[in-house]
Amino acid sequence: MHEKTIAELAAGLAAGTFSSLELTRSCLERIERLNPELNAVVTVDAEGALEAARRADERRANGESGPLLGVPVLHKDIFCTRGMRTSCGSRMLDSFVAPYDAHVVERLREAGAVTLGKTNMDEFAMGSSNETSFYGPARNPWDADAVPGGSSGGSAAAVAARLAPAATGTDTGGSIRQPAAMCGISGLKPTYGRVSRYGMIAFASSLDQGGPMARSAEDLALLLEGMAGFDWRDSTSVDRAVPRYVEGLDGPLDGLRIGLPREYFGDGLDGTVAAALDAAIEEYRRLGAQVREVSLPNTHLAVPVYYVIAPAEASSNLARYDGVRFGYRCENPRDLEDMYKRSRGEGFGAEVKRRIMVGTYALSAGYYDAYYLKAQQVRRLIRDDFLKAFEEVDVIMGPTAPTAAFNIGEKTADPVQMYLSDVYTLAVNLAGLPALSIPAGQANGRPVGLQIIGSYFDEGRLLNAAHRFQQATDWHAAVPGGFE
Amino acid sequence: MEWESVIGLEIHAQLSTRTKIFSGASTAYGAPPNTQACAVDLGLPGVLPVLNEQAMRFAVKLGLALEAEIAPRSVFARKNYFYPDLPKGYQISQYELPVVGNGHLDIELDDGTPRRIGVTRAHLEEDAGKSLHEGFESMSGIDLNRAGTPLLEIVSEPDLRTAAEAVAYMKKLHSMVRYLGICDGNMQEGSFRCDANVSVRPKGQSELGTRAELKNLNSFRFVERAINYEIERQIELIEDGGTVVQETRLYDADRHETRSMRTKEEANDYRYFPDPDLLPLEVTAELVDEIRATMPELPDAKRDRFEREYGLSRYDAGVLTASRETADFFERTVAAAGGEAKLAANWVMGDFSAALNRDGLEIGASPVSPEHLGGMLQRIQDGTISGKIAKEVFEGMWAGEGGADEIIDKRGLRQVTDTGAIEAMVDDVIAANPDQVAQYRGGKDKLMGFFVGQVMKASKGKANPQQVNEILKRKLDG
Repeated sequence: MHEKTIAELAAGLAAGTFSSLELTRSCLERIERLNPELNAVVTVDAEGALEAARRADERRANGESGPLLGVPVLHKDIFCTRGMRTSCGSRMLDSFVAPYDAHVVERLREAGAVTLGKTNMDEFAMGSSNETSFYGPARNPWDADAVPGGSSGGSAAAVAARLAPAATGTDTGGSIRQPAAMCGISGLKPTYGRVSRYGMIAFASSLDQGGPMARSAEDLALLLEGMAGFDWRDSTSVDRAVPRYVEGLDGPLDGLRIGLPREYFGDGLDGTVAAALDAAIEEYRRLGAQVREVSLPNTHLAVPVYYVIAPAEASSNLARYDGVRFGYRCENPRDLEDMYKRSRGEGFGAEVKRRIMVGTYALSAGYYDAYYLKAQQVRRLIRDDFLKAFEEVDVIMGPTAPTAAFNIGEKTADPVQMYLSDVYTLAVNLAGLPALSIPAGQANGRPVGLQIIGSYFDEGRLLNAAHRFQQATDWHAAVPGGFE
Repeated sequence: MEWESVIGLEIHAQLSTRTKIFSGASTAYGAPPNTQACAVDLGLPGVLPVLNEQAMRFAVKLGLALEAEIAPRSVFARKNYFYPDLPKGYQISQYELPVVGNGHLDIELDDGTPRRIGVTRAHLEEDAGKSLHEGFESMSGIDLNRAGTPLLEIVSEPDLRTAAEAVAYMKKLHSMVRYLGICDGNMQEGSFRCDANVSVRPKGQSELGTRAELKNLNSFRFVERAINYEIERQIELIEDGGTVVQETRLYDADRHETRSMRTKEEANDYRYFPDPDLLPLEVTAELVDEIRATMPELPDAKRDRFEREYGLSRYDAGVLTASRETADFFERTVAAAGGEAKLAANWVMGDFSAALNRDGLEIGASPVSPEHLGGMLQRIQDGTISGKIAKEVFEGMWAGEGGADEIIDKRGLRQVTDTGAIEAMVDDVIAANPDQVAQYRGGKDKLMGFFVGQVMKASKGKANPQQVNEILKRKLDG
């Protein structure tokens, strides 16, 4: 069963070929057997999952149906789950059990999805390799020496290793797309506001967006329908009908106008990755698309702008972790200041502290105009680049990451090198656009991702383009050795 | 040297919304600690603020009452600082773009001089919780019930020149927010709080002196005393060759002094930036019109109308309109009294107010309703009881014995207007006091009062005084 996609599982469950309980047991068994080497899952809720599976089977017996009814999923440990630890990959929240479900968790539960547990991630989603996790790095199923990417590295590794058919992720600067690319799965970052952020622990509020990670574009469509939609508890959630993404998957690509930003194919892009992308683009031509070059002239500013705005928001968002009401508190504080300093000093890891420092600095009196305000101005220029490009093309394609998965420890000594692995994904968050990554080849045995960026709320078109590619190729079906 | 003081007030009015500004938790006062703090108020991970629409409407109401600019687009910002009773590590407030811009409030000083005080801005923000330092051994307690309570911070221009002006402004604003029904004005419970910025300068100088910000002024009296103390302190300091430093000072009501809390150098860098969790607040012209249509009559307009419509003096109209409850009570009393406005004004401001004060009651808790009071005034008017007997009837009503008619009947207080009966009493009094009669007839007019008193005594106060006078005069002079 573990080799099946959600679409296939839904058919099997509907036909009674297997029950959700059997399916859930199979996933739990794989997690138990394979997770120790992957460290992709940090919390398993076997009892809760089996109970949810029984309920799903009951619902089906009572005449209910639906593509997610009885389908097991994993949640990135940034989504609050009632009664189950939500650690956000941090010592700070190692003991935190939320009294509520995130909107995404709630929606998927309602649709009948079975929560297996929670996945590993970079601490507070700050990282591109899963190496900043308090629980240690998750491993890439394609190569145990390689990182799975980040920050949703545990979700990507778990889906690639067939521990679960799907997982949720969040994407602040590439955290769904980049690990999806590095683990050879499909991942979608929706338009900002498409999916409610309620109950999703904030990193950078104006950039964060939850989304699905799975093994096919079709599965992404099914999951997004289950996750998206207006939620009054998130003021930035958009009240706009959710399309039936699945119905649009098969549309022909004849005449689809694809833009290739010249800035995405220059220096810094690994040659083998570029070659894989060339082949993928060629496939799109065969499918009837028209390909042309476009320009996103402010691309080089995305990294500096992002690394002002995201840390600035984070420095404020993470102020609530003060040891007063919940989370980590240091032993025997001498006084209030000592409690603050040591609780935060001991509870947060190095990367989180680095970003809090940077963000605090950027918002400080005398620096605000030069950094934060300027960054917001440049952010608008970056968005305008995209809007201009979308006057000429329907979608933009390019690399998800400049290289395939790098080795564990390879970039930890140099934060800037690490930040550059998100050079092609950050701008999308700054603009609030939807984008997905699908497997499109390999470089030295490690997967390569193709990124497809769309205009606002154009997820349907992205999924259609990705699905047609997956109908014509089988990169998405490749299974890492040992996880067949 | 002659000095001039310059004062500006920052007033925090707690908005009387049912729920908090960014969550659905109750704002009711006095619940056990932390029973009215939901996940949003606690700042738990992943929760998000959602603006309470009513708080926005209340802010617009005040803006309209101050004839202020209502911003079509205002922005919530985060004010970042660490404090145990500030759950998120930041307070959501409005910084660069407040919902209410330039406006003004007209006040009148005790001698009747009118002054127009500029209002710089009014912005929405959330209140913090409370730190409790007593009853926890070497620890502090945190009560987050108040966290997230909506506040409107109303900032005046430095247009005030004396402590008395500051108090007049504060009282007027206090009356205004209560008229608008946006704040209960309860100062004991902290619903209406004041900080004052105070500086002094040589008279005639246009440049402002260095200011001190006074905190913790939670009554009108403390505002006046603290400002006066601070003015004197600053003048003395300068005259002794010192300089005023910019700082925050706490008023200690017990010791009647202000003392330094923190200097400008020690002030936090709040790192304000727009809150990305909240969209800019849009207030359309249609919404402003809709809110304008729900505005009650405001104190100044009501005062003018009372003068005009009820023929009251400006002073009386001012007293009766100082609070909306008093004004409403008065108008209902007038209606129940069949239009006897002056009589109603005298009673509401006189015996009725005195009784409230005596028993320490708010007007809303009065045991005498306007209908009862008005009913009694009708009985004065139609001669059923005298003004003097009315005081007894009023006390009966206050004690809960029922309406005026009921008390008059039960106690037999109906005025005696039967001429025959009064004549008989007069005859008795004349017969019983031959000496006084002789003296009176000999020219000692003042004795008339004695005779009236005797007759009233004989009637147990119930004889119609006017009739008694007439009959006495006729019989004695005749």
